[in-house]
Amino acid sequence: MKRRDFLRNTVTPIAATAINGIPVTSMGMESPLIQALMGMATDTDHVLVLIQMNGGNDGLNMVIPIDTYGAYQAARTNIAIPENNILALSGTPKTGLHPVMTGVQKLFNDGKATIVQAVGYPQPSFSHFRATDIWMSASNSNQFVNNGWVGRYLDQEFPGYPIGYPNASMTDPLGIQIGSVTSLNFQGPAVTMGVSMTDPNNFYNLINGVQDPAPNTPAGFELGFIRSVARQTQQFADVIKSAALRVTQQNPYPTGNSLADQLKIVARLIKGGLRTRVYMVSIGGFDTHAGQTQADTSTGSHATLLLRLSDAIKAFMDDLKFLGVQRRVLGMTFSEFGRRIKSNSSTGTDHGAAAPVILFGEYVNPGVVGNNPTIPASASVNDNVPFQYDFRSIYASILEKWFCVNNTVLQSVLLRNFQSLPVIKSNSCNSAFPDLTENLIIKNYPNPFTSSTTITFKTEGGHTSVLIMDTLGRVIYTLIDQDYATAGQYTVTFNADRFAAGVYYARLQNGAVQQVRTMLKVK
Amino acid sequence: MERRDFLALKQKAGSNEMIEQKEVIRTLSGLTPYNGVWTYNEVAHLLKRTMFGAKPEDVNYFLGMSMNRAVDELLTIPVTQPAPPVKNYPNTNIPATDPDFSLPMGTTWVNSVYSPAADGLRRSSFKAWWMGLMINQEKNISEKISLFWHNHFATESLDFLTSWGFNNNKLCRQYQMGNFKQFVRAITLDVAMLRYLNGYVNISTAPDENYARELQELFTLGKENNPNYTEDDVKKVARVLTGWKINGTTNTSYFNAGQHDTASKTFSSFYNNYTITGRTGATAGDLELDDLMNMIFSKQAEVSKFLVTKLYRYFVYYKIDSATEANVILPLAQILVANNWEIKPVLTALFKSEHFFDVLNQGCFIKTPVDLIVGSCREYGVVFPASSDYVNAYNMWGYLQNYASLLQQNIGDPPDVAGWKAYYQEPQFHEIWINTDTYPRRNLFTDTMINTGYTRSGVKIIIDPVAFTSRLTNPSDPNALIDQALKILYRIDLTSATKAMLKKQILLSNQDQDYYWTNAWNAYLGNPTTANYQVVFTRLRDLYKYFMNLAEFHLC
Repeated sequence: MKRRDFLRNTVTPIAATAINGIPVTSMGMESPLIQALMGMATDTDHVLVLIQMNGGNDGLNMVIPIDTYGAYQAARTNIAIPENNILALSGTPKTGLHPVMTGVQKLFNDGKATIVQAVGYPQPSFSHFRATDIWMSASNSNQFVNNGWVGRYLDQEFPGYPIGYPNASMTDPLGIQIGSVTSLNFQGPAVTMGVSMTDPNNFYNLINGVQDPAPNTPAGFELGFIRSVARQTQQFADVIKSAALRVTQQNPYPTGNSLADQLKIVARLIKGGLRTRVYMVSIGGFDTHAGQTQADTSTGSHATLLLRLSDAIKAFMDDLKFLGVQRRVLGMTFSEFGRRIKSNSSTGTDHGAAAPVILFGEYVNPGVVGNNPTIPASASVNDNVPFQYDFRSIYASILEKWFCVNNTVLQSVLLRNFQSLPVIKSNSCNSAFPDLTENLIIKNYPNPFTSSTTITFKTEGGHTSVLIMDTLGRVIYTLIDQDYATAGQYTVTFNADRFAAGVYYARLQNGAVQQVRTMLKVK
Repeated sequence: MERRDFLALKQKAGSNEMIEQKEVIRTLSGLTPYNGVWTYNEVAHLLKRTMFGAKPEDVNYFLGMSMNRAVDELLTIPVTQPAPPVKNYPNTNIPATDPDFSLPMGTTWVNSVYSPAADGLRRSSFKAWWMGLMINQEKNISEKISLFWHNHFATESLDFLTSWGFNNNKLCRQYQMGNFKQFVRAITLDVAMLRYLNGYVNISTAPDENYARELQELFTLGKENNPNYTEDDVKKVARVLTGWKINGTTNTSYFNAGQHDTASKTFSSFYNNYTITGRTGATAGDLELDDLMNMIFSKQAEVSKFLVTKLYRYFVYYKIDSATEANVILPLAQILVANNWEIKPVLTALFKSEHFFDVLNQGCFIKTPVDLIVGSCREYGVVFPASSDYVNAYNMWGYLQNYASLLQQNIGDPPDVAGWKAYYQEPQFHEIWINTDTYPRRNLFTDTMINTGYTRSGVKIIIDPVAFTSRLTNPSDPNALIDQALKILYRIDLTSATKAMLKKQILLSNQDQDYYWTNAWNAYLGNPTTANYQVVFTRLRDLYKYFMNLAEFHLC
């Protein structure tokens, strides 16, 4: 059922009445307020919430192999979680959770969480920076990509952004990162596809009514003036603020937990009616080289972090249910890498390879995917958890099963085809998204293509260029680079016989206007 | 105000009285020579106001000398004019019969006769050339003050032949640091001005008052004086100026005695009922013009205050309170008069003053579109094609010129004879540059310059964040990196909390230890592979993009 049909069917019977004293007929059917008051209409568009665990999470102490406990204990004599403290997961006696993660345990046992074992990629990087970039750009270890997988996905779904946005079909930010700057994840082929809530646009401050002080000097006076104009031009500030203000009651969240604070805002914005596709939040401190545990190995810095993670996710899920939007949300945790199998002598662990990923939501296929990592009988300092699942297979599952993209888009976003995993229920797909291709001023057909494709573009006249770029942003071919005396629509053929199969971008530049078209060359 | 007083004031700012005070505090400081500290901060302030952007190399150059010598050097203008614009366009669409056709590319068109087919191309060439001069400016005030005079004696290039516009530009450069009275006389007979304000059709039988009015209202006296020149004075000035014509072949002006009003012209009491004796013959025009200049410039207080106020608003700040009027404007006006209308002594006194370096006068200037565009390119060290590679160089300069035009400052074509509103429109003045249309476009410009750059014919201009960072003193320390970059780019520092947040979230990818950045930077330096480059590139790109998106970046 399309969202609009759903609204029509649902709202009409009570349209003559009033909700909370507000006559429904006086408001548009699309009014977010109506949707919010109805508490049902928002149960359509899908949302992905990414939780980044910065620093490299020690997956072996989060998801613990019970069946090889002896080897695990031997490899980590100073930090191993005592066997009888491990939290049991129903139906999976071989695998358990860190003792503090009762929240995630409850979600798992209720069928609302799934764990994918040993997620990674070939030739893993042990550098925080490089590994983070790989996870966000969804590139191979030896491949360099200047933009992020979420940015590429949003670019496909919302062509031409930010020109022409917000519009009737999309009034809201495409992606929101809670933090001061948007990460590589949201970087599209040409522009950043997401906004951050404490970035120059100050959304976070708007919601909370905070404004940095400007000094009482002429410079401060002008700074205040420029900021006031900047606020007026924040195309999404008002919708975010009103979405947040629309929600006055939420289920409790733990205090002193920055991740919970962030997820609380996300829940508020989802319930408030934003159709924002992707949210990203983060929690830092997982780089536990030393002092990962205390003498009681169930406690310590890593335990504190996992407690916050687990409590925050549980509170978030409870709140989503309280707000009636739980069916819209899928969550996923990730960290740039796991840690070594063998602990070091300073009760910590060094940079490692694969680690488990937790997915949560009403529509996950519950369970543990994959096997416990194999732990050598006498692990050495260099032993790593080898990956069982490529992280891009999880992305592929999300794109295919949660965001319902077709195979062309999937390959374009992930830069090649990845098998999806059975982590999301097959009946969860929802394709009630508006088709925004009418916003395109540059298109190509066919797409995907095998040897050549025809590019159609519009120019306002004057100098116009259509450059073919690779995923690193390098110009590999110049199709158009000339002055046009008259505005209009033109076509040009891109003959790509000599280029390898893969993703290419056609970038149109005409004065201050630029737009990028993603093209997929297949064999 | 001394920096120390200012700091004390800041501490007081928490009290209620300061918060309730609505009027923005100005300063009592005047033209006393500045003898405070001379650090990167003061040099950057001086350069951002007298040039377009303060390149770190330029700041360091002037740091190596005293403030007095620095100002003297900045105000020393090259004797020779810059090389003229060249033909940067091919003969496509130019018929063989057109005079431009035989002109080889790479040679200048400024001495060639009017080309019906190519005049528009020449106009683009002229504007790109001008933008190029600003991009490549030497370490002096020349480009900034040339633009001041273009705004003061505003003309619109679409109204006349492009070579006339070029000659007008040349005249502004010739007099930019010279004698104001002589400048006014010269601009009166400038071909572009004669055409723009109809002087060439101002004849005895049908006087045209257009130039006569603007000469007094916009160029010398202003309209605020009480008493002021009368409508009859406007008519009389027009009659004095009858007979000046344009020779379209030589692109020069000349006097046609037969169209000159030979009667004597007596002015109002504002001019003490002065009479300009009517003359006849070939010298009549020059002689009566001399008398007119003497008469107008006899209004010393009015003319000097008018020009000095305009200079002040162009270089310092648009708000002039009674203290600034008494301590700065009037003393500068007296300097202008005492020096027989020489401009340089006025600017010397201003730029060496306590008032100019007053901390309250720093960082309060809203960047003009040209400031933003040229300043960003220069401060980041954007690499342009060499001027000798003129086709590509003009393409790049032309792109920037177009962008400045989008941001409402189209050099060569101010909105009207009054110049750009930001320099005169009460009460907003400079704030006019920033509105809900231009502000996002300003951000789009900097975003484009650091994300994709501008490419044409295989040549690209782009902000290279890694190259810029490499030139900082200690880029392996993320704290020093942010401090140094902001010192170059900003006039209002960010709080340490914000800097720490940016460091962590961008440079450290949310890690806590600085060495993660240090290691990444050193890895890149030691072994600049694609992998090592990408790690520092993506983070620096995001950092500088963020800096340029903040309101602080729009102040200089």
